[in-house]
Amino acid sequence: MKAVNDLSYYVNKGESVAVVGESACGKSVSALSIMRLIPYPPGIIVGGEIIFKGKDLLKISEQEMQSVRGNQIAMVFQEPSTSLNPVLTVSLQLRETLELHRGLDKQAAEEEATKLLKLVGIPDADKRVTDYPYQFSGGMQQRIMIAMGLSCNPELIIADEPTTSLDVTVQAQLLELIDNLRAQFGTAIILITHNLGIVARYVDRVNVMYAGKMVETGPTDDIYSAPKHPYTIGLIGSVPRLDMPRKRKLYVIDGLPPHLARLPGGCSFHPRCHYAIDRCRQEVPALYELGKDHMAACFRSQEMEDLLKKERVA
Amino acid sequence: MAEITAEQAKAIPIRKRRNFFVDLLVRLFKTKPLGAVGFVIVMLLFLVGIFANVLAPYGWNEIMLQHRLSPPIPGVLWLGADNVGRDLLSRIIYGARISMTVALGAQAINLVVKLLLAVPSGYFGGKYDLILQRFIDAWLCFPGLALYLTVMAVLGPGMWQVIVVLGVSGGIGATRVIRSAVIRIKEEQYFEAARAIGVPGRTILWRHVLPNIMSVIVISLAAGMGGVITAEASLSFLGLGIPPPYPSWGGMLSGAGRQFMMVAPWMMLWPGIALSSVVFSFNMLADALRDLLDPRLRGGLGRYGGMTQEQLMKLAEKKTAEARR
Amino acid sequence: MTSNDTLVKVENLKMYFPVTAGVLRKKVGDVKAVDGVNFEVKKGETLGLVGESGCGKTTTGRCILRLYEITEGKILFEGQDLAKMKQSELRSMRKDMQLIFQDPYASLDPRMTAGGIIGEPMKVHNLVKGGKEYQDQVDALFKLVQLEPYMAERFPHEFSGGQRQRLGIARALATRPKLIICDEPVSALDVSIQTQIITLLIRLREEFNLTYVFIAHDLSVVRHISDRVAVMYLGRVVEITDSDELYDHPLHPYTQALLSAVPIPDPAVDRQRKRILLTGDVPSPMRPPPGCTFHPRCHMATDACRESKPEGRDVGHGHWVACHRV
Repeated sequence: MKAVNDLSYYVNKGESVAVVGESACGKSVSALSIMRLIPYPPGIIVGGEIIFKGKDLLKISEQEMQSVRGNQIAMVFQEPSTSLNPVLTVSLQLRETLELHRGLDKQAAEEEATKLLKLVGIPDADKRVTDYPYQFSGGMQQRIMIAMGLSCNPELIIADEPTTSLDVTVQAQLLELIDNLRAQFGTAIILITHNLGIVARYVDRVNVMYAGKMVETGPTDDIYSAPKHPYTIGLIGSVPRLDMPRKRKLYVIDGLPPHLARLPGGCSFHPRCHYAIDRCRQEVPALYELGKDHMAACFRSQEMEDLLKKERVA
Repeated sequence: MAEITAEQAKAIPIRKRRNFFVDLLVRLFKTKPLGAVGFVIVMLLFLVGIFANVLAPYGWNEIMLQHRLSPPIPGVLWLGADNVGRDLLSRIIYGARISMTVALGAQAINLVVKLLLAVPSGYFGGKYDLILQRFIDAWLCFPGLALYLTVMAVLGPGMWQVIVVLGVSGGIGATRVIRSAVIRIKEEQYFEAARAIGVPGRTILWRHVLPNIMSVIVISLAAGMGGVITAEASLSFLGLGIPPPYPSWGGMLSGAGRQFMMVAPWMMLWPGIALSSVVFSFNMLADALRDLLDPRLRGGLGRYGGMTQEQLMKLAEKKTAEARR
Repeated sequence: MTSNDTLVKVENLKMYFPVTAGVLRKKVGDVKAVDGVNFEVKKGETLGLVGESGCGKTTTGRCILRLYEITEGKILFEGQDLAKMKQSELRSMRKDMQLIFQDPYASLDPRMTAGGIIGEPMKVHNLVKGGKEYQDQVDALFKLVQLEPYMAERFPHEFSGGQRQRLGIARALATRPKLIICDEPVSALDVSIQTQIITLLIRLREEFNLTYVFIAHDLSVVRHISDRVAVMYLGRVVEITDSDELYDHPLHPYTQALLSAVPIPDPAVDRQRKRILLTGDVPSPMRPPPGCTFHPRCHMATDACRESKPEGRDVGHGHWVACHRV
């Protein structure tokens, strides 16, 4: 089963990039690959390169990778409650990293831990640092996870659905926080999400994935204002929006995402695509350059604008 | 509108629909070799037990004085004879019948007792549950064998006494497992869904609760078999189980078996092997069933193979935690 | 006072879950999951119920169906008080009110076939005579939710998430109910599947003149499907009005904050919006703050808010709000 197939994307220093797609489209797997965290067996990275600061992460030793993980690249997961050790205080868990990776002594690590908690906006940080994870709410736990991620001043943070299990209000707080941290420290961010809506405001570029492949990539404004792949168009058009008329008809993407072990021939999206032509059923489209940095894997992406216009008239 | 195309319909996995038990057997042999061996030995025990009178070359109490303490003689006495000249093979074969009867009988009683106690306890909860659970707490404080010995001393030795004692006490002991399974189902959403539809309580119990705790029941039955056989052997060994001259394996190990251990080691060897291999087989089979009946480990988990992804994430989280250390 | 076009009227609904401790299970407090909720749902209308997790919206939904023994209050379903009914009387009422769950997989009995699951409500309420009619009805229900009748022999784990939710919907429709409580029916699904389900729910509402109580935390989805929306906070309704009014002129500061947190999938628009970021967390429903329960997080709170509970009032055109500062 090819969970991720021939995927390329890049993140510049201090940039934030979104990887968007539905469940099992390979977005998480691709992120885990960057961290070399794909469990083997059954997972195996068959080929490709993961270049981080000019070094191929797939070629370095496990020991070198250890120092990259956590030190230079940090990961924030969806479920904060399972990522924190329930029997250790927050302070202890933060200190562990600080003492190990940054070589601070106990006193300094403790101060640093409090500082980090303040940084991620935990009220009364100096008192709460000795609390246990369960004494924090889900949103607060996720803040602690972010604090942990930040503890070694990483240059890249990979956030895998960091706000999915949280309420909208908390979600907004957290995304705002991540964005502020990026501005403050110049950390690059890969935001993995299934929700195109939440990232619009925060990321510079968007990568849309479908069935293990990149289907469209481009600067955020281009993707939202002039999407060129029918899947992206569908994703954007299918969510109800507060700024649109209430009874607006939603764009429905029919059918189901394919099973990764049984992908249809040709373009993986063709069975669900309104615009599919014969060629889509036979050939696999490559990524076509459509504008500056904007690419889409669709044979009809050039004419998409006209097609959409015609549809609107009809 | 959102019509599912034929192509997509085809993409939905269809498992070959076999009979549940056939399917279970196939999976047992394919994925659990040790469990399969256990299954074969257990089946062998049952067959031997049922057809003991056909299979045994001699009667279980047929004394051939000329063969006293005889070592195995191929063709005549395959496994040798005991101190009064009874054929050991025949006694082992009839012993299988005893072990089988005790195991099945005790577990049948066990099943009835635990279902009668546990299902209402878990299903209705409340005061009944509270009182019953304290009683069971107290019950579990007694060491098993001491309890059996006391009760058997009162009832006197005999196969039916053994069956009843082991069945009832085992049933009470196993109530916990069933009760917690029932409580788990009660917290499932499909239970709430059934209530929301308006399904009457008794129908919910039959249609939604019992089928879903069936695997727990089957596993606890299989796992208990080995224990019951051991317990019967222990009681017989101590002289409070099935009295001589009945060929209980445990009984054969004690008394004359022990006395003549040095002269005729086969007198202890065969029942010992029979006993341990059967108990081991039951345990292996129960272990295998536990894995096979666990719905989380069953194939075809939706089209995303959702579980693997989740497991993957869990593993990854663990690894990052390790890396941090 | 219930007018003829009211299907459900909830009056002063309270649902407290006792918190017990110790060997004797002594009661040490209450979780006030729902604490005095009033609203009504008209026939053919969809009422949205929104709020953060733990605000009591799901409990309210369950209480309307009386899946819990409610602590206090009235639930008038077509004028009859469900809160006073015996379980046996309730059971026959259940045919008129159904529930769609958030997690479609957990709500389907894994040991029953899809056909059996969908057919169960009809059997329980004796709605069909004979095998042929039963089979026809089950087939029709499958087609209604755009599933193929040949799938009836499959088990729930053989369906995808969206298909399972279709099964859940078909089961809810089997008794031709008047009211369906939809409890977060799309939040566990992928975006493209969410739209399919929302569209299906809207179509079915029109086809069968259904009344929905639509519970969700996603405000854009709620607005899309609901005629009126009730916003809940810590076991109380803080604002009710019709959808357009609520989204155009939210009056309660909590509603305003909630709305501003909802992202809009268009960077050009979204970057222009002002966000009211709420600070702190939702307080524990065991010890709600005195006065207006929202005051610790409210940027407009005054002394009055800290001291007295705001009474809800109608500010015109059926716009009801519970806030001192409006």
